[in-house]
Amino acid sequence: MTPTTYKEPTARGYYGQFGGAFIPEMLYPNVEELRDNYLTILADPEFQREYQQLLRDFVGRPTPLFEAKRLSKKYNTRIFLKREDLCHTGAHKVNNTVGQILLAQRLGKTRIIAETGAGQHGVATATVCALMGMECIVYMGSVDMERQRPNVERMRLLGAEVRPATSGSQTLKDATNEAIRDWISNPVDTHYIIGSVVGPHPYPDLVARLQSIISEEMRKQLLEKTGSELPQYVVACVGGGSNAAGAFYHFLDEPSVQLIAVEAAGHGITSGHSAATSVLGKPGIIHGSRTLLMQDEDGQITEPYSLSAGLDYPGIGPLHAYLAAEGRARFISIEDETALRAVAECSRLEGIIPALETAHALAALGELGAGPNDVVVINLSGRGDKDLETYMKYADSIK
Amino acid sequence: MRKPRNLRALGVTLRAYCGNLIMNNRIQQAFQKQDKKLLNVYFTAGYPRLHDTVPVLKALTAAGADLIEIGMPFSDPLADGPVIQQSSTVALQNGMNMRVLFTQLKDIRNEVPETPILLMGYLNPVMQFGVENFCREAAAAGVDGVILPDLPLDDYVDEYQEIFRRYNLKPVFLITPQTAPARIRRIDELTDSFLYLVSGPGTTGGANTQAEGVQDAYFQRIEDMQLRNPRLIGFGIADKASFQHACQYAEGAIIGSALIKALDGVDDAPAAASRFVSSVLN
Repeated sequence: MTPTTYKEPTARGYYGQFGGAFIPEMLYPNVEELRDNYLTILADPEFQREYQQLLRDFVGRPTPLFEAKRLSKKYNTRIFLKREDLCHTGAHKVNNTVGQILLAQRLGKTRIIAETGAGQHGVATATVCALMGMECIVYMGSVDMERQRPNVERMRLLGAEVRPATSGSQTLKDATNEAIRDWISNPVDTHYIIGSVVGPHPYPDLVARLQSIISEEMRKQLLEKTGSELPQYVVACVGGGSNAAGAFYHFLDEPSVQLIAVEAAGHGITSGHSAATSVLGKPGIIHGSRTLLMQDEDGQITEPYSLSAGLDYPGIGPLHAYLAAEGRARFISIEDETALRAVAECSRLEGIIPALETAHALAALGELGAGPNDVVVINLSGRGDKDLETYMKYADSIK
Repeated sequence: MRKPRNLRALGVTLRAYCGNLIMNNRIQQAFQKQDKKLLNVYFTAGYPRLHDTVPVLKALTAAGADLIEIGMPFSDPLADGPVIQQSSTVALQNGMNMRVLFTQLKDIRNEVPETPILLMGYLNPVMQFGVENFCREAAAAGVDGVILPDLPLDDYVDEYQEIFRRYNLKPVFLITPQTAPARIRRIDELTDSFLYLVSGPGTTGGANTQAEGVQDAYFQRIEDMQLRNPRLIGFGIADKASFQHACQYAEGAIIGSALIKALDGVDDAPAAASRFVSSVLN
């Protein structure tokens, strides 16, 4: 039976069998407070006024929908790029942090914590904390601090404290563990701004709603540029899945729109060095949510791999696990090398240097099967400045 | 004709008697015959070496520990501080998993007949093992209770309570300073073993950073609720002084990280475990 809506989880936060709130008792009051209040706060006209104003004047929304003519010619279809890379701070992440900082203020919180992988969510969090004058602590895996150094410096410049996560693979998963442990230790004054559609209910729904501005704008812009609000394809990369959730949201219940979620295959699906959760994962619990999860047969969470720090996560948001299980979204995985070639292609054909995460979505263009009369929207989730060191290191792959 | 009927009657009586014994499991017995405060100790299975589990367990009980929690190591233990995280990593590297643990515990009740044994860990490894399989194996080994901090109450009631009951395994739930009174009552209703009072904000093994009196007021508040289950206080209990302080407000206390620290890098883990328990009790 096809559900009537893919958008909304149940009262207990389930999308089909995925979601929920598997949290220790220490987190229960915090998560309950958020769960009981988030919908009311999001619907409050005063909140909406402030949120929309900040999206316009601070973030720079609406972001353009750009027709990529040279890419279109190459792939013989009509390609539009949703320019989230033009958001203040260089990626879609700030849509969520602007909303959550306003939410945190209304919950009376004075201290903000966040996790970050590529550093974009960390920067977006540090930015809104500076804007609102709130204390900000960002947890980041020490491996990621090394490979995304410019973002570490940006966070520090913005007044945030960056704390290295030194356990496990020292990447996004471990940074999230440390942020959760911080929240356990600071249950009263602290709000945890999760950066993706992961974590215990209501986070996946909260973050999806705050990112849904992306597809809301897409529909209006498509109507203007193509005469129809609905494209044939919407393509986005998925680590935890926040930019994909935002890009898919207002198309979820439009069956004519094909949703394409692009995961990082790393060195290859079967190489043992991959982050393609929809292929390699099975149902399990990570960071308070039941979802598809990369794990060994004993239920220990395994270390994912992707050259891209933002896709290097062993789970996916429960909404995406549900879309995969229901066949509502098609999942494609792209290897490091292919993503690097897409960086070069987009840079040289369109004059836009994409983030390495985003390049995975661009690299899926060749696999869509889109025809000349189809409209394809790619969510250009972030810009590539932060990845310059990586791009220099792999210059041979890129040329 | 009379003889078989009597035998059947005897069988019914025996079953009822055994049923009572089972329903009233070792955890409840430990609290019932209590004439002193109880020391509950936690250690990680397969730490510091894979085959230390049973020797450490025996040493702990011989030295006077009243309840034993065996930690089932998990790769991402969210409620735990660095000490238990590290011991979990080592145990996993040693090759510990659910199958190995149940094999190690197979004959434990021949050697440790009375001391309550609980398994503590996270839901995901239990789910992957299969909740029913887990309960069956645990019950067969003579385990009395299970602590899964990330198992939500509602999910427990809807999906697992029936299975736990069938195998006479007692769940133990955590209560924190932030847990609302109505929720404490509900947890108390769902429990027939003991309540695990988390001493303050933070993960396991943390220092107590609360202002003087804040913690005592919380313990007192819980005591005044006159709950039906006994209470053990855990998190941040590390030595004789903190154990005795916690015991003023509860039937006993739980020590984990401090014991793990005492086992770190020693050649003879059972001897170190024994020394540690003695240092708390004597």
